[in-house]
Amino acid sequence: MDAIQQMFGPFWPLVWSLAKIVAIVAPLMGAVAYLTLAERKVIGYMQVRIGPNRVGYYGLLQPLADGLKLLFKEIIMPTAASKKLFLLGPILAIAPALAAWAVVPFSSSLVLANVDASLLYIMAVTSMGVYGVIVAGWASNSKYAFLGSLRSAAQIVSYEIAMGFALVGVLMSANSLNLVKIVEAQSGGFWQWYFIPLLPLFIVYLISGVAETNRAPFDVAEGESEIVAGFHVEYSGMAFAVFFLAEYANMILISALTSIMFLGGWLSPFPFLPDSALWLFAKMAFVLFLFLWFRATFPRYRYDQIMRLGWKVFIPVTLVWIIVIGAFMQTPLAYLFH
Amino acid sequence: MLNIQDIVFYILAAIVLFAGLRVITARNPVHAALYLVLAFFTAAGIWMLLEAEFLAIALVLVYVGAVMVLFLFVVMMLDINLDKLREGFWDYAPLAGFVGILMAAEMAMVLGSKHFGPERVPAPPVHSADYSNTAELGRLLYTDYVYPFELAAVVLLVAIVAAIALTMRRRKDSKYIDPAQQVRVKRNDRLKIVSMPAEKESVETPAESQGEQA
Amino acid sequence: MNPIFNDIYAALPEVFVLTMAMVILLGDLFIQERYRFVTYVMAQVTLLGAAMITIATHTSAVGYAFNGLFVDDPLSDLLKLMTYLAVSVVLVYSRGYITARGMYRGEFYVLVLMAMLGMMVMISGQNLLTIYMGLELLSLCLYSLVALDRDNARATEAAMKYFVLGALASGMLLYGMSMLYGMSGSLDVSQISNAILNGSPDHAVLILGLVFVVAGIAFKFGAAPFQMWIPDVYHGAPTSMTLFVGSAPKLAAYAMTIRLLVQGLQNMVHDWQGMLIIMAVLSIIIGNITAIAQTNLKRMLAYSTISHVGFLLFGFFSGTLNGFIASMFYVASYVLMTLGGFGIILLLSRKGFEAENLDDLKGLNNRSPWYAFLMMLLMFSMAGVPPTIGFYAKFAVLQAALQAGYVWLTVFAVLLAVTGAFYYLRIVKLMYFDEAEDHHAIRTSPDMALVLGVNGLAMLVLGIFPQRLMELCAYAVLHSVQ
Repeated sequence: MDAIQQMFGPFWPLVWSLAKIVAIVAPLMGAVAYLTLAERKVIGYMQVRIGPNRVGYYGLLQPLADGLKLLFKEIIMPTAASKKLFLLGPILAIAPALAAWAVVPFSSSLVLANVDASLLYIMAVTSMGVYGVIVAGWASNSKYAFLGSLRSAAQIVSYEIAMGFALVGVLMSANSLNLVKIVEAQSGGFWQWYFIPLLPLFIVYLISGVAETNRAPFDVAEGESEIVAGFHVEYSGMAFAVFFLAEYANMILISALTSIMFLGGWLSPFPFLPDSALWLFAKMAFVLFLFLWFRATFPRYRYDQIMRLGWKVFIPVTLVWIIVIGAFMQTPLAYLFH
Repeated sequence: MLNIQDIVFYILAAIVLFAGLRVITARNPVHAALYLVLAFFTAAGIWMLLEAEFLAIALVLVYVGAVMVLFLFVVMMLDINLDKLREGFWDYAPLAGFVGILMAAEMAMVLGSKHFGPERVPAPPVHSADYSNTAELGRLLYTDYVYPFELAAVVLLVAIVAAIALTMRRRKDSKYIDPAQQVRVKRNDRLKIVSMPAEKESVETPAESQGEQA
Repeated sequence: MNPIFNDIYAALPEVFVLTMAMVILLGDLFIQERYRFVTYVMAQVTLLGAAMITIATHTSAVGYAFNGLFVDDPLSDLLKLMTYLAVSVVLVYSRGYITARGMYRGEFYVLVLMAMLGMMVMISGQNLLTIYMGLELLSLCLYSLVALDRDNARATEAAMKYFVLGALASGMLLYGMSMLYGMSGSLDVSQISNAILNGSPDHAVLILGLVFVVAGIAFKFGAAPFQMWIPDVYHGAPTSMTLFVGSAPKLAAYAMTIRLLVQGLQNMVHDWQGMLIIMAVLSIIIGNITAIAQTNLKRMLAYSTISHVGFLLFGFFSGTLNGFIASMFYVASYVLMTLGGFGIILLLSRKGFEAENLDDLKGLNNRSPWYAFLMMLLMFSMAGVPPTIGFYAKFAVLQAALQAGYVWLTVFAVLLAVTGAFYYLRIVKLMYFDEAEDHHAIRTSPDMALVLGVNGLAMLVLGIFPQRLMELCAYAVLHSVQ
């Protein structure tokens, strides 16, 4: 280790950071790939089908085949598109989805950047994901894409408010914006996890998370039955694949955040079992399964219903629960949170 | 000797200036709005250098993440004829340029480094590593400055009330669904089961038979 | 006791008004159209309650709250009481007018109360931050009130102009404030004053900041050369909103000037005196000369406002306590006159008809001698004819300027005041010597008739007995401004 450090000299911190980034992003990309397979399999079984099973055992090589296919496909550029923005769109979509992982802790020491305001950082970075959708929709110069991006912009901005308020409840309970400290504040068994005292916020956050990632039943931005594929209708090949990656990376991110903020992160549910990052992965897998389950179960919301749910149901619920939490913390029982 | 912070600062400052310039020179309003996003984002980076993490993140969260999204939303839907907007630009340019230069010169005379240079403004204190900008800001906002803080909340409330008062209009022909009503619907409200004979004794009319033949 | 309670006690009128505004906002949702009267009564009760609280908590000492961001002195108490009175009269006068035009909604009352809250904050602002927040709160409400009649294209245009120019002025004010902060290192008015006294700040930068602050104040007052919004907004806005925009906010502008220029920058008095002189003279010229050419009553009153602001500034630039007292008296009498003047316009308007041209006043004496008499009193007062209050107000400010040694300016102002009397007296002539073109009976609610009568007669009564009001103003200024 020291020898390598010697080799890079003053650039060592840079190289070391890069190595850590790769160590996060590479498995993430793998997870994305196999999440697509899991999705097809899970939904397949839910619909009493088998799902992909031709490429490799149980279709295990299917994601690789899909990736290769997309890689070799041509990226078609619509004639009247705004060229630079058209290419910028996918980049703007995937960059925040990856950047947010910088502060996601996998255990109390295993985190790329343990910054104090990490919760805020997450909120700020994820709020930028919408630009990819907007820019792509606008730059495509296509009605369907444009409609998709408009829907998405309004939807994401609306649900971000509810999501933000849900997180306010978390940071009030944990008394910190630091994700590591938020997890540590939940230690002591699963009855200490925040999903119990913050149950309404947990539900709001989970559902808003689905809406933020434009997943079914909130996928009006794609809405293939109405506007073909929404904002990415004009994209093909790798450019399309990047949108795809961004969507699934966002799903994994939301599941990680849900696990960290409401389900105790890497903490084990019972004090006698050791804490480990594996717990986090298990919780993430559970939340991801919920995502897939939603998609297989619920029909798509109508647009006005989405808006109503966000503004008239979620935001009031979160506001009320924040007041409840605030009042509760003034009572002698406040120690239960810490 | 430039240290790494200075280099980062100059890079960010250059990007902000470039983006700011493009905001007012870009021919396409959507491009201009996107450059504004870039300017905000880079400005947040500069604030980060000043150890104002909370403000930097809030800038990104509020301006980049929400305000500019809605801004873009509107700008994308507008059909702005830029050539028409730019009509008469050159007629006013000399006068406007003269006034602009005059103001810039006046301000340069007063606001030079003579009055605001590093020797006049003391260097900020260096904070220890566990100093939390966010906590400090929160403490100030909710104690010393709670009065203007609450006032700011009232201003926002007024903005909401005013926006609704100006735009809300209960049109008679607007369609509205009450979800509570939808949920309360019983089967009997919508579906009526009528018992009918399984087969109807049908009498063929001449018109129908003719139609079939044709 | 928790120190926050002391702060809240000092700001109790503000807290009360805000609470009641919220109650009205929510309560109005559950009130049926035909019981809208309840909202109106609640707004009036709010004003009454705030007045009672202000009187009950009054002391002659200067008290600070919220870490010096808020000041509770006799000046603020008196100005707030005047504001409640003005807003209350506005509500009485405008009820019939807004009912006829579909603006009789809860939002109107909420916005008016919030605007009043903004004025109260400005009046009690002891810190650049609070003064600015109050100003924004007030302005935001006024913009939207002007635009409240949505289908009225002229009102929308007026609101747009008001908004754009107002935002620009706020920006200038803020820029000036940032200069003051940069040089003095504090946002607190008294600390800025100390910093300037100690001579550490750079004079050139302070002057730059001062220029922008004065520009911002001038805009809010509507003093030339920042008067361009006044005629368009007064003319375009629905008359009830003009009544509001033109009356109570001037009290807040007076307070803002006292706080910023007199309390914060009194050591730069020689710097701002010159600026105010130019503004005062320009305002009087532009206001009086242009008003002669107007055929629209609202526009004419707008220009008359500009000239009144010019006179008001005479008291300020004299830089003496007497001058500030005279200015305060002028503001109070100006507000009363404006309320009455626009009250008469509202009285003559009815559903589907806007009385806003000079010709609409023709032969008012035949239609209603009583209202013609009231209007005559108001016009005499605006012109400054003795023995009305307007005469005494002009007399007081000019006397203050004279005492400060501005002989020629005073002579000049008197000459222009005489010129200005022409267009006020023209209205009297129209009312008494011309034939009426409009023969509709003048109908009004009893409360408006009563208040309007009192308002008109006040011109005469206060003009003959100005001492009491003058003493109040003197008491307020002397106990608050050192």
